[in-house]
Amino acid sequence: MDIAKKGDWVRIYNIVLTSEERAPQVPDDTKKVSLEMWDKGFLLNDEAKIGDEVEVETYIGRKIKGKMVEINPQYKHNYGEYVPELSYIGRQLRSILEGGESNE
Amino acid sequence: MNKDMSYKAVNDRKNEIMKKAVGIDYGTFESKGIAFDYEGMMKKVGYTIDEIKEIEGRTGIGNTPVYELRNLTALARKFAPEGKGARIFVKDEAANPSGSYKARRAAASVYHAKKMGYKGVIAATSGNYGAAVASQAAMLGLKCIIVQECYDSEHKGQPEIVEKARKCEAYGAEVVQLTVGPELFYTFLVLLEETGYFNASLYTPFGIAGVETLGYEIAEQFKEKEGKFPDVVVATNAGGGNLTGTARGLIKAGATDTQVIGASVDLSGLHMASDKQFNKKSFTTGHTGFGIPFATWPDRSDVPRSAARPLRYMDRYVTVTQGEVFYITEALAQVEGLERGPAGNTSLAAAFSLAQELDKDKIIVVQETEYTGAGKHIQPQLSFAKDNGIKVVVGDPKDQVPGENIVLPKDPSYIKVNEIKLDKLKRSFIKNAIANNSDVDITEKDIKFLAEETRKDEEFVKSILDELGVKY
Ligand SMILES: Cc1ncc(COP(=O)(O)O)c(C=O)c1O
Repeated sequence: MDIAKKGDWVRIYNIVLTSEERAPQVPDDTKKVSLEMWDKGFLLNDEAKIGDEVEVETYIGRKIKGKMVEINPQYKHNYGEYVPELSYIGRQLRSILEGGESNE
Repeated sequence: MNKDMSYKAVNDRKNEIMKKAVGIDYGTFESKGIAFDYEGMMKKVGYTIDEIKEIEGRTGIGNTPVYELRNLTALARKFAPEGKGARIFVKDEAANPSGSYKARRAAASVYHAKKMGYKGVIAATSGNYGAAVASQAAMLGLKCIIVQECYDSEHKGQPEIVEKARKCEAYGAEVVQLTVGPELFYTFLVLLEETGYFNASLYTPFGIAGVETLGYEIAEQFKEKEGKFPDVVVATNAGGGNLTGTARGLIKAGATDTQVIGASVDLSGLHMASDKQFNKKSFTTGHTGFGIPFATWPDRSDVPRSAARPLRYMDRYVTVTQGEVFYITEALAQVEGLERGPAGNTSLAAAFSLAQELDKDKIIVVQETEYTGAGKHIQPQLSFAKDNGIKVVVGDPKDQVPGENIVLPKDPSYIKVNEIKLDKLKRSFIKNAIANNSDVDITEKDIKFLAEETRKDEEFVKSILDELGVKY
């Protein structure tokens, strides 16, 4: 669904400072890119599609504008992929504690 | 009201905005030169330790349990010389309402904001502190905005920081997320000016006084349970507030002989403001990227004078590697039955090594843990590291190169702290103090102040000034 209606919870995006406007002390690689910002709120426009400039009311009640980039924004962080490199640790420690040998 | 909102114009209004937002006139504690009245500031602005206990107690903060880590102690003794291997304890600060010691740090600020009639609080932080401020604001009925540095220019976010955003939102806060860069401060100022909210800075006397209860509790708990104060307390160190507050609390409880050791993850070589290197690190706090600059010049924060001044309190400062902290985090879960977040375990990795230098009857305390969960856990953090081209290997942590690899120690004997030469940091501190005050004549008062700040005598300060060719 790419269309949001008034009152929908959405994520918006803004450029705070363009590359030219960045502070003099930032490293070169950072200076090459813009300072970007994301925030979330309830859509105030009657309707909008992804990419539209919209106005939202944030959860605490501030009204801000920005480009709508996501509707019902999701948390996607998780426990990652299995990391096999970690799997020796528990067994190694238990074997040392039980009087077994350490690795060497 | 058509204010100039350009980067420069807003920065030029910094002092005015800040004064309204923290309600502290820092000028009161200043003198002409380098010196300022640190203790005066802590006394006049903060609350007494009894008041803080009362404020924290109301929202369920503090009185966290202490665990003796018997299996890790037994392990350390396997690798320690005969007769060595101190008893290792941990103070389970994850038991605080927001999941870390930062609840203590936020309590007095948010309480004070409410008392002074502010409608809301704002904090600039990507870490546990945001969750702490948001949680306290929810309890006290204030609005809350958290400003985070979260993404690189490819819009990839550190899993740990994304999790923190979720947690802040869970408490009803608005979270403003930014890409890498120190200009976060600009956004922060704009928000303070627009909302008139309180700046719940990490570095005010409120914040540091809030942490004093942690040191105080440790002293009391050990006196009661073990009949003596701990011999050593290890604190994970970044901006310095954790260590400063804990040490001050220990001293207030009378534990003046307890050694306070700072521990940071070694991220040397990585630039903290670099877009490209932002996601090359697997720790977002407790590392040298904050630890060293803040120790050698604390007044670089979001308030004119930082109440976190770790060089005043550190007996030693050690580093450990990312791989060692990940290993010990897994160990804590596997042999102690405590699954906790990695950042808080920096001091645990250090304590495991330091315990091996101490006699068996000594007590070494890791002063905190933090919560763990999706994103904020060794598994997603290592998984993320690999996605960013970091090699994860098992070997000797000495071979680590921050930003290139993470070396999990082959076995526990490979966990070894690395000593930072404190006198070198103290010299840098004095150098920075001079550089930041190039227009003033150094007086006796300044020399005394520098001696206090570096916990050295005046002869040491003078010898550095001579070396730098500075007249006094
Ligand atoms: C769990 C935990 N431990 C230690 C620290 C370090 O505290 P400080 O920045 O005051 O040195 C932090 C703060 O970022 C933290 O969240």
